[in-house]
Amino acid sequence: MSQSAIFKGVVVPYLLLAPQLLVTAIFFFWPAAQAIWQSLLREDAFGLNSEFVWFENFIEVVTDPTWLDAAFRTLFFSAAVAALALGSALFLAVQADRNIRGATTYKTLLVWPYAVAPAVAAVLWLFMFHPNIGIFGRALNAMGIAWDYKLNGGQAMGLVILASAWKQVSYNFIFFLAGLQSIPKSVLEAAAIDGASPRYRFWTIIFPLLSPTAFFLLVVNLTYAFFETFGVIHSLTQGGPGKATETLIYRAYTDGVMNLNLGTSAAQSVILMLLVVALTFVQFRFIERRVHY
Amino acid sequence: MKRRTLGLASAGMTLSAPALAQGGPVEIQFWHGLAQPLGGLLEAITADFNQKQSRFRIVPSYRGGYPETMVAAIAAFRAGTAPHIVQMFEVGTGTMITAGRAIKPVHELLSETGVSIDFEDYLPAVKGYYSLPDGRMMGMPFNSSTAIMFYNKEAFRRAGLNPDAPPATWAELREAAQKIKASGHEMPFSSAWPTWCQIEQFSAIHNLPLASLENGFGGLGTVLQVNNPRMTRQLALLMEMSREGSFRWGGRDSAGDAVFASGQAAIIHASSGARARYLREVPGGAANVGAAMLPYSPDVQGAPYNSIIGGAAFWAMNRGPNARRNADENRGIAEFFAHLASTEVAAKWHTDTGFLPVTKKAFEQVRASGFYAQNPGADIPIQQLLRGGGQMTGNTRGIRLGGFVEIRVIMQEEMERALQGQQTAEAALNNAVTRGNVVLRNFERANRG
Repeated sequence: MSQSAIFKGVVVPYLLLAPQLLVTAIFFFWPAAQAIWQSLLREDAFGLNSEFVWFENFIEVVTDPTWLDAAFRTLFFSAAVAALALGSALFLAVQADRNIRGATTYKTLLVWPYAVAPAVAAVLWLFMFHPNIGIFGRALNAMGIAWDYKLNGGQAMGLVILASAWKQVSYNFIFFLAGLQSIPKSVLEAAAIDGASPRYRFWTIIFPLLSPTAFFLLVVNLTYAFFETFGVIHSLTQGGPGKATETLIYRAYTDGVMNLNLGTSAAQSVILMLLVVALTFVQFRFIERRVHY
Repeated sequence: MKRRTLGLASAGMTLSAPALAQGGPVEIQFWHGLAQPLGGLLEAITADFNQKQSRFRIVPSYRGGYPETMVAAIAAFRAGTAPHIVQMFEVGTGTMITAGRAIKPVHELLSETGVSIDFEDYLPAVKGYYSLPDGRMMGMPFNSSTAIMFYNKEAFRRAGLNPDAPPATWAELREAAQKIKASGHEMPFSSAWPTWCQIEQFSAIHNLPLASLENGFGGLGTVLQVNNPRMTRQLALLMEMSREGSFRWGGRDSAGDAVFASGQAAIIHASSGARARYLREVPGGAANVGAAMLPYSPDVQGAPYNSIIGGAAFWAMNRGPNARRNADENRGIAEFFAHLASTEVAAKWHTDTGFLPVTKKAFEQVRASGFYAQNPGADIPIQQLLRGGGQMTGNTRGIRLGGFVEIRVIMQEEMERALQGQQTAEAALNNAVTRGNVVLRNFERANRG
């Protein structure tokens, strides 16, 4: 409490805060307010006729069965991406945590995919799995497996999950590795001396001690799968075939940018915004205080 | 306000005064959506125009594909920085015509600037697509195409088919595709722009309504009618061919172009504008590429009718919701349009690319030059447009639907789900109608003002 006495008055603190507040206001509050305002309007594409419709856009969005489908699809997609990305990152981190030759190189290489932009990552996967030009795509077809993600919804979903998860593995890997290295060696040694097998040690000591990290990563991964996989989906499937890979964020893009329905698209964005608020709340309320970096 | 009035007045009196007063050429921003090699050919036309005169300078810039260009132009208009001219694909025509003060209709542009373009010389199918019911031109037609059939002659030979006798009906097409499949070809028949080639063109060629009120030409109250029994049967046929492996889905929009260019697909329905690319890229070169009209089904009385056009047109835009162009800028746009309408430019564009010769004079000039004799198949698109004796019906004039970009995506999605076996042809088209009508009603509501 004694620290608050350093500055007298309110001018200096606000002055020091001003740049940050300004940035927040211009780049966050203003666009958000615009989205909310837009979500209450109906406009033609050029913005020449506009009608205030209260919550009609929201009602239209949440009663549209294809939007509800997209919502459930997004849940499935996010869960799958998070599970795959967390699972494989944990596996790799446990392997990298051992004393192996070239561990530094191995760790560095594993971090690389994180530096690849989502759209570029998608193009890499496209070149691997395109049924006509991709190496694996052609190989699968040559083996008699009818691989064509452009017309097979299940395969398309599998591909975008794989590509999205791959991008996130590196990030998870770093956190898991840091988490593993912060576990005191003495505890593990004591358990080993007591005769606990490596698998037993993992599930009873390492995994519980990693759980704050895992929980934090779970939230981050879910947020990633919800909001940052647009580039992957756009480059690989454009939400198709049918609507097999259309997630909520992709839906908001299609409706707003391609179909020029700014009102319904803004309503969807506002719904997504509320979701982010909820996720952030969960993170700060329950996780931030427990996680060990 | 005062400056604008002055500008108008001076343009009316003399042509050179405003340009002298400003010094340097007037820049005209021109956004287009053509990738290479077409984009380069288009920019060569603007370079020609810039060299021919010094008052105006057209500044072309590529803005991604057609849909991206459309979205970019609309966003720019809202921000008050719209380009002077934007290239808009035919699907955006309905949106542009109802865009009010966002666009400068071509007939207004011409009457205000005194530049004249003889639209009577344009092909009726082209002119009709971009004019109001009373004949006033709204957009400037340029790269019009129609869908035709391309086939790989080598694949025909290997399958024991005559490479000079392409299938003319759907029954023949299916038989040929089955034979090509039997000869070991993994993709006998595919399609680019699936809704345009397989639904919109099929409807026109068989005089089936895509939507009520003459496919939307009659007003904003139009409703989709693609779920008619004949169209349903056609989609069922495609699904059957897909199951037996004689038809393979090539992907949405222009994705199908690539499978023919790489030699993978033996037969493709695609834009006639793809010709330039195919002649260059298909293995075996130009001698290996055959062109034919789209097949028809003789069970429909009077079929085949003419096909409809696609491709794109140029639209003059105002800068923003409250910002009009000055007289100089309008003059520059009009003169550039007049340059595009000249027989030389239209004829050269046609022979270079495979897009249609949009004027009758250009067609005559190309024919007289012996181009069609040297390039068999190059006149297929125009012949197909004139099929049925040029008697256009309300179903074959074209399509003018608001929100058509979205409706196309809806039709593509429903087709994809049907071809995956998730729904019947009937359900697919019924869904497309239900979902598409929502789009049409929303568009009607947003634009009734």
